[in-house]
Amino acid sequence: MSEISRADVEHLARLAHISMTEQELEKMAQELAVIVDSVATVSEAVSGEVPATSHPLPLTNVFREDEVGHVFTAEQSLLNAPDAQAGRFKVPAILDEE
Amino acid sequence: MTDTLTDASPLSFEEALEQFDPVLGFEVHVELNTKTKMFSSAPNAFGDEPNTNVNEVCLGLPGTLPVVNGRAVEYAVKLGLALNCEIAEYCRFARKQYFYPDTPKNWQTSQYDEPIAFDGYLDIELDDGEIFRVEIERAHMEEDAGKLTHAGTSGRIQGADYSLVDYNRSGIPLVEIVTKPIVGAGARGPELARAYVSAVRDIVKGLDISDAKMERGNVRCDANVSMMPKGTTTFGTRSETKNVNSLRAVEHAVTFEMRRHAGILAAGGTIVQETRHWQEGTRTTSSGRPKSDADDYRYFPEPDLVPIVTTAAWVEELRSQLPEPPADRRRRLLAAWGFSEQEFRDVVAAGLLDELDETVAAGVAPAVARKWWMGEISRLANARDLEPAALGVQPATISALNALIEQGRINDKIARQVLEHVIAGEGAPEEIVTARGLEVVSDDSGALTAAVEKAMTENPDVVEKIAAGKLKAIGALIGPVMKETRGQADAGKVREIVLAKLGIDG
Repeated sequence: MSEISRADVEHLARLAHISMTEQELEKMAQELAVIVDSVATVSEAVSGEVPATSHPLPLTNVFREDEVGHVFTAEQSLLNAPDAQAGRFKVPAILDEE
Repeated sequence: MTDTLTDASPLSFEEALEQFDPVLGFEVHVELNTKTKMFSSAPNAFGDEPNTNVNEVCLGLPGTLPVVNGRAVEYAVKLGLALNCEIAEYCRFARKQYFYPDTPKNWQTSQYDEPIAFDGYLDIELDDGEIFRVEIERAHMEEDAGKLTHAGTSGRIQGADYSLVDYNRSGIPLVEIVTKPIVGAGARGPELARAYVSAVRDIVKGLDISDAKMERGNVRCDANVSMMPKGTTTFGTRSETKNVNSLRAVEHAVTFEMRRHAGILAAGGTIVQETRHWQEGTRTTSSGRPKSDADDYRYFPEPDLVPIVTTAAWVEELRSQLPEPPADRRRRLLAAWGFSEQEFRDVVAAGLLDELDETVAAGVAPAVARKWWMGEISRLANARDLEPAALGVQPATISALNALIEQGRINDKIARQVLEHVIAGEGAPEEIVTARGLEVVSDDSGALTAAVEKAMTENPDVVEKIAAGKLKAIGALIGPVMKETRGQADAGKVREIVLAKLGIDG
């Protein structure tokens, strides 16, 4: 059984900006442990030098030509903005970095 | 752990170096000058109205998918090669996840443990010609973030009431170049910092993969500094000064951080690992945020993009397209032009190397080309608050002016006037000389001889000195003759006439 502690889940929840109750943290820790164990059984099934897959399709080098396509007007860009000012999205000040 | 000691006064630069050795590291972000963004076909352009160079991908709207700009990959490989890096045969993009309004997806698409280029080096030429090798850890591809403007009562990030976001910059292709820790620079650390960033800028400019304008943020430097007690080899805790965006600021920021660290360490304090903000006004840094678990970015391979595979043939084709490395070119031109080191450095510092090179290629002697660009053209540009290159003077213009002088049809002074008329858009030098009747007064009509005679009559004392053998005194007659001929006399010819009249062998 994998060790996913309540503290691990709490840390992840904070990083992901998800608010969770005490009960949810406990429950999630148990459920995630089961998931991690299940995934671990996959690595038992493969042997040796099989690289981890990050994409289901066996494609590489899918590139686009460097040509300008469609573009929004400022009005279109701001259609989903909760608030706007001077053509810009207006957001709460976040004291982080410049 | 005495936090109050983090406020200890900085030592002087000399005191700092008596006790400590600096360890430096640089992360330079280069914005590529592709037509479109890294993962979308929205335009990559500077200075447009906010949020008009974006589409659904740049805004991170749900369900949108990125597609890699092939040219950006090509540029990244070229930059990797110019930095003497290995090019990855296989690499992927990764999500770097954090919440901040400049990144609407809540992750930045970057590269993590599989950069496209790695293990390179750059030989940096310091002011006295000494070469210092900087090892390159990696150069990886990523996208730029949007631009935040913090607004409110104070106008500063602390105390801002709200922020405004322009996503025009969001998704512009970036290559981030990361050095290995740089040890052994000592007192030359700040100079090396400037020279390194300058070298990277020259390279991306030479490759024509970036506009390379630091004032526009095309090339941005984060400077890592730590200090270790002399004689030890364990690195101290580092600070990272973010977004230092001019060569001068890079030098000053490293100087200040070396002094600040030394002050704290010498007082028995500990360095807080944190980001610092460069303050141009006071030439100091101020505390940003501490490094914390907020830096747990939970990288994982980007599932919406497929891997990039480079073949040896493709890499070699790109390598064959690389221009001469800027440092090699400078050495070659210095030797070819025969300038002194100082004269050459001044030309480089003025950003006129390309102009001189082209002017020499147009058939003008190097010293003459330098005189024009560093002299009159720089002066005229300065008066207009422009860069000399921005005046639009063509190498052919210099070549034409020089030919007119050599043919004796105009003198230096008139040539400078003609240049002003060229800049004013009046045409080519030849046309201007004809249209404005600026050709040197020939003596076919005896006009020049008449002017010389008049000057000699009016200045008998000067004539006496010349007759007594003080040939330098002829200079005192040139002025009056020039006045008489409205500046269109040839000084050499005036001298000839004077000497002939006095029966002296020149």
